Amino acid sequence: MTSLPRLAVIKFASCDGCQLTLLDCEDELLTLGQVVHFAHFAEASSHLEEGPYDIALVEGSITTEHDIERLLQLRAASRLLVTIGACATAGGIQSLRNFADHQDFLRAVYAKPEYIKTLALSTPIAHHVKVDFELRGCPIDKRQLLEVIQSFLRGTRPKTSSEAVCQPCKRRGTICVVVAKGTPCLGPVTQAGCGAICPAFDRGCYGCFGPSRDPNMVSLSENVLLESMQAPEAGMWLRSFNGYAPEFANESQRLWPLTIQPRNASEKGESS
Amino acid sequence: MSESSSKKRQIHVPILTRVEGEGALNIVLNQKSIERVELNIYEPPRFFEAFLRGRSHNEVADITARICGICPIAYQMTAVQAIESAWGIEIPVSVQRLRRLMYLAEWIESHGLHIHLLHAPDFFGCDSGLELAKHNPQAVQRGLKLKKIGNHTLEILGGRAIHPISLAVGGFYRLPRPEELHALIEDFQWGLQASIEIARWVGGFEFPDFHSPTTYVALQSQLEYAIMSGNVASSDGRLLATTDYEDAFNEEHVSHSTALHSRRKGSEEPYQVGPLARIHLNYDLLCPTAKRIAEELKWRLPTFNPFHSIIARALELIQAFEEGLEIIKTFQPSGKARQDYQPVEGRGCSITEAPRGLIYHRYDLDSDGKVKTAKIVPPTSQNQRQIEQDLYEALPTLLDFDDAYVAQNCEKLIRNYDPCISCSTHFLKVRRIHKKD
Repeated sequence: MTSLPRLAVIKFASCDGCQLTLLDCEDELLTLGQVVHFAHFAEASSHLEEGPYDIALVEGSITTEHDIERLLQLRAASRLLVTIGACATAGGIQSLRNFADHQDFLRAVYAKPEYIKTLALSTPIAHHVKVDFELRGCPIDKRQLLEVIQSFLRGTRPKTSSEAVCQPCKRRGTICVVVAKGTPCLGPVTQAGCGAICPAFDRGCYGCFGPSRDPNMVSLSENVLLESMQAPEAGMWLRSFNGYAPEFANESQRLWPLTIQPRNASEKGESS
Repeated sequence: MSESSSKKRQIHVPILTRVEGEGALNIVLNQKSIERVELNIYEPPRFFEAFLRGRSHNEVADITARICGICPIAYQMTAVQAIESAWGIEIPVSVQRLRRLMYLAEWIESHGLHIHLLHAPDFFGCDSGLELAKHNPQAVQRGLKLKKIGNHTLEILGGRAIHPISLAVGGFYRLPRPEELHALIEDFQWGLQASIEIARWVGGFEFPDFHSPTTYVALQSQLEYAIMSGNVASSDGRLLATTDYEDAFNEEHVSHSTALHSRRKGSEEPYQVGPLARIHLNYDLLCPTAKRIAEELKWRLPTFNPFHSIIARALELIQAFEEGLEIIKTFQPSGKARQDYQPVEGRGCSITEAPRGLIYHRYDLDSDGKVKTAKIVPPTSQNQRQIEQDLYEALPTLLDFDDAYVAQNCEKLIRNYDPCISCSTHFLKVRRIHKKD
């Protein structure tokens, strides 16, 4: 047995991109393998160990009863549980079902919906268990992931920025797409971490790192979004990869009230 | 791992490893016969086709990218091309070249990952790429460095490696500056040499003597090694236009399944997409270096050994670097990044070659440029039946071995296809193969 800290990487409903970020640490991967023990990382290794784990990195949202059970077991076996990415932290793009009739969704994709078992809601990990740290992003940023792992190995709290995308965007020297071109941009209300790439590519931020701390959503809608789009369109735009994050969900509902109310996440999704 | 009664023997692999996404494998053997093979994918459905309805055409590439973190460009490119075809948007050749470079970069990243971290460990009896690196550090480091070039190219062209943000309907949001691209020349020169060495390395592996009949299906073009356009060719001689795809292939929903199974209409036989299919159908259009190395390896086509897919991936790495280098060297920005267009009501479809094989998108759009309906057929749902057939072919030769060995070898067969379970817009939940009498 090894005495290195034991790391687990666990996936729920997601695209795999956040755990792929770990394998994309090409310069650091082999070194990382010397300072932590990959006890359970199914995408990378056929050698899978049961818990306990020192750190569990959790990707994906909860969408089935079976996944709730898996998550509860994982939490019990993990000293620290860190969510990686928008699915685990905010429910992900698949949480769009939370704003719709999910039976309707089933019928749209499957000829025989009665074969499919899924919960009505796609929910973040923190709705079910205690989460020690949430790493944002769709996908997460490689540098932030390494910072999180290193910090926990040192026993310190990770230093990830909580400022909005506008700050790094200014530091990068990008000309503001809102001011210069009237392009709608979620940068003022979105947490930094991506490197402010979208404005640098001449497009508006679409919020893939989720809401920043205390975002002024109404001001953004009234002064930026509604300058170039209709309210339903703006509401829909807020409803994407982090659409179920409360700040984005509430403003989206204000702009574009639905006949079906977005269901409260605290209500347990019923099985279909 | 096993549970046996007097007659029945059950082998259960609870988590398939070194594949993208999550699934399990159940095998039930009765005496010397195969009673059941179940590939149980517990990856839950995510309903992409449903929630695309009503979304703006500008969001489709960003949303469909999230189907798969390993091959987002395949989804983005197929999506924008389908919408462009609906509205008759012509993309200038210079922009098409850049898009092709972006796609090649994804092949480099994805094939590099699969060869070194997912597949090669099987040929050395290792559990992981990290373990392989202990025995063979040079090969794994070379692989990681090569994979990084793919990712770095995506960062330059698309802002980031996973879910890039630069592709738009009509072209790109912004074109790269020439100096950004030219800085890649040295990396691509190194990558070309490295991929030659990788092809020689994998060409020397000891391959199981295993053959499983199949029909190969891939895009085919007269002009180049087809990735982003062409007709759909089959190794049995059939050829059809992209727009006829749905007439020839259909999907069916089977019991206990989140998958819509792809099959060719009028045929019960499985077919195969991916690197082996592409090489078989487009060998003549491979770049000169890839062909030279294939000949040097004395790799004879046709081959029906799915383990040879690792050779096909290595040759495609050579293709990606040689062709990518040419695109980078000759790149001169000209014209605008994005063509103008006017949304109209209509239907458009596109087929491209994801690292894992042919991918199909079709959208019906309204005059506001919003999606009315979407249909997406990922490569892995097409390879599903072939994977199952391979398991069925192999199991009789494995019956005398212990459960762990059988399980391990079944996983290896599955890995040949680099299956991407996350591409779960529609993917198998449970499929049973009953013994054919």
